[in-house]
Amino acid sequence: MTRKRRRLYMVLAGMCVLGIATALVLTSFRDSLVFFYSPTDLAAKPVAAGRNFRIGGLVKDGSVVKDGVIYHFSVTDLKNEVPVTYKGMLPDLFREGQGVVAEGHLNDSGTFVASNVLAKHDEKYMPPEVAAALKKSGEWRPEASN
Amino acid sequence: MAIDLHKYANPRRFLAITSAIYPWSLALTVILLAAGLYTGLFVAPPDYQQGETVRIMFVHVPAAWMGLMIYTFMAVASAVGLIWKHPVADLSAKAAAPIGACFTFLSLVTGSLWGEPMWGTWWVWDARLTSMLILLFLYLGYIALWQSFDDPSKASKAAAILALVGVINVPIIKFSVDWWNTLHQPASVATMSGPKIYSSILTPLLIMGLAYTAFFVTLLIIRVRAEILARRLRILQLSELQER
Repeated sequence: MTRKRRRLYMVLAGMCVLGIATALVLTSFRDSLVFFYSPTDLAAKPVAAGRNFRIGGLVKDGSVVKDGVIYHFSVTDLKNEVPVTYKGMLPDLFREGQGVVAEGHLNDSGTFVASNVLAKHDEKYMPPEVAAALKKSGEWRPEASN
Repeated sequence: MAIDLHKYANPRRFLAITSAIYPWSLALTVILLAAGLYTGLFVAPPDYQQGETVRIMFVHVPAAWMGLMIYTFMAVASAVGLIWKHPVADLSAKAAAPIGACFTFLSLVTGSLWGEPMWGTWWVWDARLTSMLILLFLYLGYIALWQSFDDPSKASKAAAILALVGVINVPIIKFSVDWWNTLHQPASVATMSGPKIYSSILTPLLIMGLAYTAFFVTLLIIRVRAEILARRLRILQLSELQER
């Protein structure tokens, strides 16, 4: 075996070991690497009231109610949903059917009290006319985006 | 493959080839950058949700691509330098690092500028943003490592190992949006089901990607040539000292 060959195998072996080690670490930290929980995650693994975490999903159509400076809405992943209340300014992209990530805690009655609401953008980009045409032809499937 | 690489790794041949490529890559950069910026800023339609803010994407997304691409290039060049001891490979990796760091920084800054009006925050510690910040630190660490050795052969070896270890971050960045819940949106262009961007918005994006690539090639040629000449100068100075 030439020295070049040996160096090649050493680099390849090193990269394999490193790759496996990283994969193991990332798998074991899987739960703590997520930015938010979905309503279904929450139903499967309930979080104690008062503990801070983030919840993400779509703002349920027709669920937004403005009560003075307080907003009430539901975050849904189309399987489960969680009622949310929020007092403060909402981002520009916040609207019904749109992805959202709220930070806060659950109160005793199971309502999520948000201290901060972020709008989540999906991966689709299109001109307004195309979006309007899609909606008109019934090809509009916003729920498929998440 | 190894034989082919040997041919191009000869510094003299490298200088000859690159001086032929250089004017073309420079012209291509200017033309593509002008075309990309013009179509992106004036021709492309606004997005149905983001409005005019979507135009940040034409600077942001290709910059992030370049950050990943240049790091991968550095890792490959470092491996070639480490295994086959090609001097030009080491110098190419060294010369590429500051360019990659600048593109990564640009993508982080423009992403932040987009995040404030769209998401409602400048920064969050989600998997995509955090792994991209780690990429910037890897670039800076790589540059610092080169500076911290007096002996260039030791420096190139240490830096090459860092580049190879750090390359594990590249697939993590790419797939972070699929593996974990992130605030950052999933992939729009390189997806299994094809691009999810309407063609009139996608075209300027791809032109900008090509423009950045041509810009990288142009800068890389300048920087590698400077490295080769600096090394020659050092050898000349050393032999002059010995003659005295």
